[in-house]
Amino acid sequence: MANTELTSKTATPLTRSVDGFKRALNSDLFYSFKHSPVTIVAMAVTLLIIFTSVFANLVAPHNPFDVATMNLLDSELPPVWAEMGDPKYLLGTDNLGRDVFSTILYGSRVSLFVGFTSVVLSMVIGIALGLIAGYKGGLIDAFIMRVAEIQLSFPTILVALLINGVMRGVLPPSQHAELAVLVLVLSIGLSNWVQFARTVRASTLVERNKEYVLAARLIGVKPLFIMIRHVLPNVMGPILVIATLGLASAVLTEATLSFLGVGVPPTEPSLGTLINVGSDYLFSGSWWITIFPGAALAILVLAVNLVGDWLRDALNPKLR
Amino acid sequence: MALLNIQDMRIEFPSRQGTVEAVKGISLEVNGGEIVGVVGESGAGKSTIGNAVIGLLEAPGRMTGGEVSLHGERIDNLPFQTLQKIRGRKIGMIFQDPLTSLNPLFTVGQQLVETVRTHIDMSESEARKRAIEMLEEVGIDDAENRVDQYPHQFSGGMRQRVVIALALCAEPDLVIADEPTTALDVSIQAQILDLIRNLCKTRNVGVIIITHDMGVIAEITDRVAVMYRGKIVELGETAQVLGRPEHPYTKSLMAAVPRSDVKLDRFPRVTYSDGEVKQSQHIDLKSHWLGENRNTYTNTEGPLVRCENISMRFTSRYSLIPSWRQYFNAVDDVSFDIKRGEIFGVVGESGSGKSTIARMISGLYTPSKGKIYFDGTSVSDLKTDKELDPFRRQIQMIFQDPYSSLNPRMRVFDVIAEPIRHHRLAESKDQIAQIVEDLLEHVELGRAAAWKYPHEFSGGQRQRISIARALATRPRFLICDEPTSALDVSIQAQILNLLKDLQQALGLTMLFISHDLPVIRQMCDRVAVMQYGKLVEVAETEALFTNPQQDYTKRLLELMPTLNFEAAV
Repeated sequence: MANTELTSKTATPLTRSVDGFKRALNSDLFYSFKHSPVTIVAMAVTLLIIFTSVFANLVAPHNPFDVATMNLLDSELPPVWAEMGDPKYLLGTDNLGRDVFSTILYGSRVSLFVGFTSVVLSMVIGIALGLIAGYKGGLIDAFIMRVAEIQLSFPTILVALLINGVMRGVLPPSQHAELAVLVLVLSIGLSNWVQFARTVRASTLVERNKEYVLAARLIGVKPLFIMIRHVLPNVMGPILVIATLGLASAVLTEATLSFLGVGVPPTEPSLGTLINVGSDYLFSGSWWITIFPGAALAILVLAVNLVGDWLRDALNPKLR
Repeated sequence: MALLNIQDMRIEFPSRQGTVEAVKGISLEVNGGEIVGVVGESGAGKSTIGNAVIGLLEAPGRMTGGEVSLHGERIDNLPFQTLQKIRGRKIGMIFQDPLTSLNPLFTVGQQLVETVRTHIDMSESEARKRAIEMLEEVGIDDAENRVDQYPHQFSGGMRQRVVIALALCAEPDLVIADEPTTALDVSIQAQILDLIRNLCKTRNVGVIIITHDMGVIAEITDRVAVMYRGKIVELGETAQVLGRPEHPYTKSLMAAVPRSDVKLDRFPRVTYSDGEVKQSQHIDLKSHWLGENRNTYTNTEGPLVRCENISMRFTSRYSLIPSWRQYFNAVDDVSFDIKRGEIFGVVGESGSGKSTIARMISGLYTPSKGKIYFDGTSVSDLKTDKELDPFRRQIQMIFQDPYSSLNPRMRVFDVIAEPIRHHRLAESKDQIAQIVEDLLEHVELGRAAAWKYPHEFSGGQRQRISIARALATRPRFLICDEPTSALDVSIQAQILNLLKDLQQALGLTMLFISHDLPVIRQMCDRVAVMQYGKLVEVAETEALFTNPQQDYTKRLLELMPTLNFEAAV
């Protein structure tokens, strides 16, 4: 009898008593966000940069890649407020007559794209290897962590350069320009997974001995599912922090690589490429070509770092 | 004049969600040479009082009213610098956990000398002499040499002695002991309590003992204050309060303490509560999904669980060369049977291998030697998931720590539904939902609990969720590893009653592990006593308690704290 009752559809459906959005607004995290003016400004700046770069083709006053609109007579014009400034070009123009402001917007788009995707790549690799190392332990753990430590003993930029160089050597030269962004993402992503792996491993070591993991093992849940469903959500806090701070450093690495000329090609410039190109004109007096992209990069990295710092403090139970 | 006088103390903890008044106007006096107990359940505000007296209230807590005076002088409004001089010099403190209350980087002697010289004008060598005397006084042998050892070289009980020496070395007039024996084994607990009592009487020191343990209160206090939700509901001579309690809360609290002398059918519950009492609807287990599928015994003969000479050794130092490795035998050659339908108790002090046995039977550990049979099958020989899954379904476990045994990122619904989904025990989503609801109703949480996260529940409620999860696979064998040692007496009674009811209604076989002898006596049919990984004695519960055979069992039973006052039920 009870059985028929169980399967009957008339059973009252469970109503979700908690409204997710309300919860988020009432959370400790949002509270600490509201009470940190620096973070609010940093977050606003970050979002503004992300928005304007994603919609660069709508926001930018000029299309710097449209050769038809470019005029060499307009090259190396100073910013509007300087003498000889042209009101058409807010932050002046570069050596080819491209609007510096527009190139910055388009450049940050490339920079942010490379930054985001490479962070996601290192996150995926780092989390997977960290979870396996921490949960399985033993030889697998020792192997993964030794590889990580060896990689950690080289400067990140050197590792990125190395991977970059190897891939350029393998790929046919004709495809270099097309695949430049991909190569960049791979080299930055592969050189940054270590800190994700180390953090995840450390947290996993703590979590795997907690009784809820034992309970899941008793039920018979497979190790892979325990790692993904039980351990992963509980180690995500610090990962979020590293990812945010990692975004800033990935953008910087990208800029460094591009500045050194092994990043994205000048036809599709990122902030780093712009600084590189502009640096040639620094001594001829056209400081704006390099200073403005540089300032944009600094503001972006600073804002993202401030958000990351806040997140780290807000998620750290010891500092609450 | 009283040594310490607390007048109408009020303490608030402001927070985002509103202000919590942790202590609501309490008054208490302590005289020299007197031990006053403060007893209450967690959250009653007892530790807050101790911290406030010594000026260590955690931010953002603050005293909003009342006075604290020592020797007739107010100390609660003193500036930090002055208070710092009183701490240690006039008031000593003994903390709960001896493992964390000593600095691991300094020798015991250095810590004692530092404390002495901070408060008393003494030369280094005099202070050292004083430190050695103190260590001798708290009963540490060979103090001359041990004074130069580090805390990790002392055992837990010895460390607590050092902590006591540290609290007393500047000759304070008042000592506050916050759960001084909670982290210790029964045998060591008795010694430490004796020590505190002797030192209190010989040095004429006033002592406040804060504890949740009625046994400790009965053993050493002169007077006792019973706290409930920030108020003292009863205050008086210990014998009078425990023997003839007047307040209904004290009465029901006393009744709920598991009795060590007589076996009762059920644990009396703490009935006094000014909160709401949740009425729940029990389901008829016999006709319910939970009751189905239980009579599929492959064997009906023989014990359900048989452990044959099982041993478990852990590597304490690993080396590539096998002969250099060092091992630690957590369980050493243990054999016993658990009969169908019985509650089998395992009792022993910490480190005796109780939990290791539980984890071996559950399959979390594989024994280094020996075999475990479940229902006639040697489980320790099974390797693949396919072979193991049917047994996993039948063996479930309830863990000790309700705060770590539930995944904090999963809703209660998913916590309980996971085993049902994994073993495909239900036919449809609706059925899973229905089963989860019924389980939650049955453990008296109510169906609304399904959409909450574990952190929204108290310790006792979480333990109910754990029980619901364990039942969700329809197990035949339930392992309870210290299921109530993290809970208050009143909650403990509820949980134990629930377990007992379930065991009877579902015909479960149970392995019940505890260090608490009275609880074992009330719960179990047969008991195994363990010491240092070896099995000392197995006997019927009543036989073991009335007529223990082994010396170790006798000693354990003697040390069991007893309430010698006839509880007025």
